[in-house]
Amino acid sequence: MSDVVICLFAAAGYDRAAQGLTGAGRRLADALGVRLRAITVGAHSELNLRIAAAADTVISVDQSELIEYQPELCLDALTQLTRDYVPRAVLLSNDVYSQELAPRLAHRLGGSAAGDAVELSAHDGAIRLKRSVYGGKAMATIDIRRSPAVVSLRARAFEPVAAGSYSVATVRQRTLSLPAVPPTQIIERTSETSGETKLEDARIIISGGRGLGGPKPFEDLQEIANLISAQLAASRAPCDAGWCSPLLQVGQSGKKVAPELYLAVGIHGASQHLVGISDSKVIAAINIDPNAPIFKHCRFGIVEDYRKVIPLLKEKLAALQT
Amino acid sequence: MKIIVCLKQIIDPEIPTSEFQIDREKLQVVRGKAALVTNIFCENALETALQLRERSGGNITVLSFGSESAEETLRKALAMKADEAVLVVKDGPPDPDPMTVAQVLARAIRKIGNYDLILVGRESGDWGTGQTGGLLAEELNLPCINFVDQIEKRGTGLLVGRQTGEGWEKFNAHPPLVLTITNSETNVPRIPNMTDILAAARQFITRWSIEDLGFSAEEINAGSGYYELVKLETPDQTLNCEFVSGKTLDEKVEDLARRIVEITRTL
Repeated sequence: MSDVVICLFAAAGYDRAAQGLTGAGRRLADALGVRLRAITVGAHSELNLRIAAAADTVISVDQSELIEYQPELCLDALTQLTRDYVPRAVLLSNDVYSQELAPRLAHRLGGSAAGDAVELSAHDGAIRLKRSVYGGKAMATIDIRRSPAVVSLRARAFEPVAAGSYSVATVRQRTLSLPAVPPTQIIERTSETSGETKLEDARIIISGGRGLGGPKPFEDLQEIANLISAQLAASRAPCDAGWCSPLLQVGQSGKKVAPELYLAVGIHGASQHLVGISDSKVIAAINIDPNAPIFKHCRFGIVEDYRKVIPLLKEKLAALQT
Repeated sequence: MKIIVCLKQIIDPEIPTSEFQIDREKLQVVRGKAALVTNIFCENALETALQLRERSGGNITVLSFGSESAEETLRKALAMKADEAVLVVKDGPPDPDPMTVAQVLARAIRKIGNYDLILVGRESGDWGTGQTGGLLAEELNLPCINFVDQIEKRGTGLLVGRQTGEGWEKFNAHPPLVLTITNSETNVPRIPNMTDILAAARQFITRWSIEDLGFSAEEINAGSGYYELVKLETPDQTLNCEFVSGKTLDEKVEDLARRIVEITRTL
């Protein structure tokens, strides 16, 4: 009773997000003095073993209907599994599937949901969390008193569990009864980023904004990215304009990244963009406007027309790399 | 096909950070000189609906739960060529919790009736909870797909496309259902022309009070106890940007390149 439950999708493996989610779950369970129960959806034996080293129980549901994500089936499965536990909190990551499921799961369990939490704690009987609001212009602290608190976390912002500090749980398989024909069905999946590191896990990112003015400059940025093993990203404007793939979008409604270096080229720095890059170690910018808000968040920068900077930068980086 | 698009009016999220103010006591944002605008993802949702109607026919009702000023949001939607508009007027404190919003919208949608598709924005530019679609689907006992940017009619059903971050997914789905809409290059909201704006100013808007939907003002103002906002603060994290040194452009870019390589070498 009153346990903490974490829900993970096996397809992503034990990535940084899964590690952060497990760490956050473990610490919350310890703070509440309750058990940490993990539910893994889909098949991934290594993930189960890693989670078993941190959680008190692991339930693995790997029946065929759940190997490939289907929202209605997955929601049904998580509802069945979590309902049995009568948990105080159910934690998920902030991937697309978790964001899609969290409010509906909360509704079905009679609890409350909150998303994109960057801090989580137990506070005077409530589950307390922090999340950015108003496109990153403000930070809200929220208490959830209803049970369960279904919280999706900005999981990469949370520390993993310290290694070897807990006894190893056994992994139990469960098979659920699910509807044969779900009301919506994913019939086709395309992945554009196969092979590459996820943007969320990239160590170096070079990103273009509205200031680039068209698709061609993104090719130049890609060349620089190749030189320094960086990944390409963008603010919202170039994605909406079709200058680059929408999968590159970083910001409130795009990806939340946390690289060692985020180099912003022609990005003015709207708060909605900044909220997606606030976990970066170092932000640097190339911008023609010395008053661009991006510079207020930069460790270093250059006030110049990017069109003059980029060709030179390419040359110099190439020379320095050899 | 009957489409209901839910629209939220918010304080312009594009105002500069320097002009953004909060009231730490009341835990509210101070509007100040900021304009009120339609949440951008709601406009993406309306644009998606308008294009679907252009291809496959149908009727679009726009629905907003908000204060009197939300009429402007509905007028703009009518100018963009939505067919009908419904305003559920809210008095009392701003920012009802997500569950209250979903319950009010659900009753309004049932009252409108005969719906096939309900579109909402993926999240709002103010509190950004991203919960309205999911909670609404549960209130109406309907399936839901998030982050949609493509809807096509296929026989009696729909082909629904959505972004997943790593790529795209396509769904077979059957109305009625709830979809949350994200931005893409295909649903950038159209700008209404002057003739349509003038025509929309005279169009009839259905107005319901929350009592018309069977709620009492007390229960709406008390909220659902969904969660409690206990603190609101503006982060102060301005860094001192070091601008690269050098007399010439060449020297400056050299400095920039060295600083970049200094970081990449440590990885």
